[in-house]
Amino acid sequence: MNIYLQTLTRDLHSAIRNLSSVLNPLLFFIISISLFPLAISPEASMLSQIAAGIIWVASMLAVLLSLNTLFHNDFDNGVLEQMVVSHHSLPLLILSKIVAHWLLTGVPIILLSPLLGVLLFLDNESIKVLMLTLLLATPSLSLIGAIGASLIVSIKNSGMLLSLLILPLYIPILIFASSAVSQAQSGLEIDAQLYFLATILVVSLMLAPFISALSLKISLE
Amino acid sequence: MLKINNLSCQKGYNLLFSHLSFELHSGDILRITGTNGSGKTSLLKILAGLNVQEQGTIFLKDCPVKSEDYQRAIFYLGHLSALSAELSCLENLRFLTTLNQSAEQPLLINALKQVGLEGYENEICAKLSAGQKRRVALAGLTLSKAKIWLLDEPFTALDPQGVEMVERYITQHCEQGGMCLFTTHQNSALKNQQVLAL
Repeated sequence: MNIYLQTLTRDLHSAIRNLSSVLNPLLFFIISISLFPLAISPEASMLSQIAAGIIWVASMLAVLLSLNTLFHNDFDNGVLEQMVVSHHSLPLLILSKIVAHWLLTGVPIILLSPLLGVLLFLDNESIKVLMLTLLLATPSLSLIGAIGASLIVSIKNSGMLLSLLILPLYIPILIFASSAVSQAQSGLEIDAQLYFLATILVVSLMLAPFISALSLKISLE
Repeated sequence: MLKINNLSCQKGYNLLFSHLSFELHSGDILRITGTNGSGKTSLLKILAGLNVQEQGTIFLKDCPVKSEDYQRAIFYLGHLSALSAELSCLENLRFLTTLNQSAEQPLLINALKQVGLEGYENEICAKLSAGQKRRVALAGLTLSKAKIWLLDEPFTALDPQGVEMVERYITQHCEQGGMCLFTTHQNSALKNQQVLAL
């Protein structure tokens, strides 16, 4: 099997064996969203207005929670060292790991979002737009997050630092994605927001693997 | 031929070694000795392309360190055995071997058998002892087609039979035209070994 594919399946395998690390961010995602109706108001008009924002903030924080596991284990056990020593392209190996991370966090979030949308009284059209923004932007969350995770991989107990590094970079995604959903709710065009999200995805896809590879090499020295 | 010229390594304010030059030819075994903190691991890491040297050059024939052909010719085993705790011996070995070349199932199983881990193929690595984990990593040696072996403390946690086994692999590899650089604090019974004291 191709090494990049094998890196991906290897990460999926170890995640399945260590299920709690995958489920924790997802549980956080579900629980935090389901608390809002209790805390604010169970009224449909109120909830449907803030639904997109809540789901987007929660998914962003859930991804942030899961980023710690992206490189930490492989750094501690020496697998990253072997990846650097091998003759394969390090950015592509890292991209495989990022894809695995997206499959384990981004995809479940996308799949759960319609359910949580219904819980917050989003109409069908808006749920479709919400899923579309998540589909376009969760890969960017994983890609940009990988840059932060690779920078702090050699630091122990670095939870807070990661948020400080990464959250500012997530803000544009949050703004465009939630405004796309609220515009769709008022029946307006959302092309501009979607184009922006797609641009962020393409740019981060081009840059993130290379930047992560560089900072991992520095961390390993 | 591996040619190291005028190599220096600095860690923080500490100059670990400087103006280190040597050549290794096919069949050479080089044992690197030195006190703790003298730069043995740093030297191997520089040769593996993990660390950047302060100055100096490293060439394998005409290929400099970190070039694709150079990295292809390297097998590096560090202090860390590069095993995921959640994966089985076979899964770990398959991944590590694929990083260097293609790996087929029967060969992998045979390699585990050779290092004395028959029946442990599907055992999760978290459940293995330190010595057994080291043996999984060393199973990669028997499969490796790399010309230069860089082994950092390969004998750690191994029993006397294990040490003898690794020495046998090193001897075989060098008889077939390979090179091996390794560090150890234990006495090694390897014949024809040259010693580099840092």
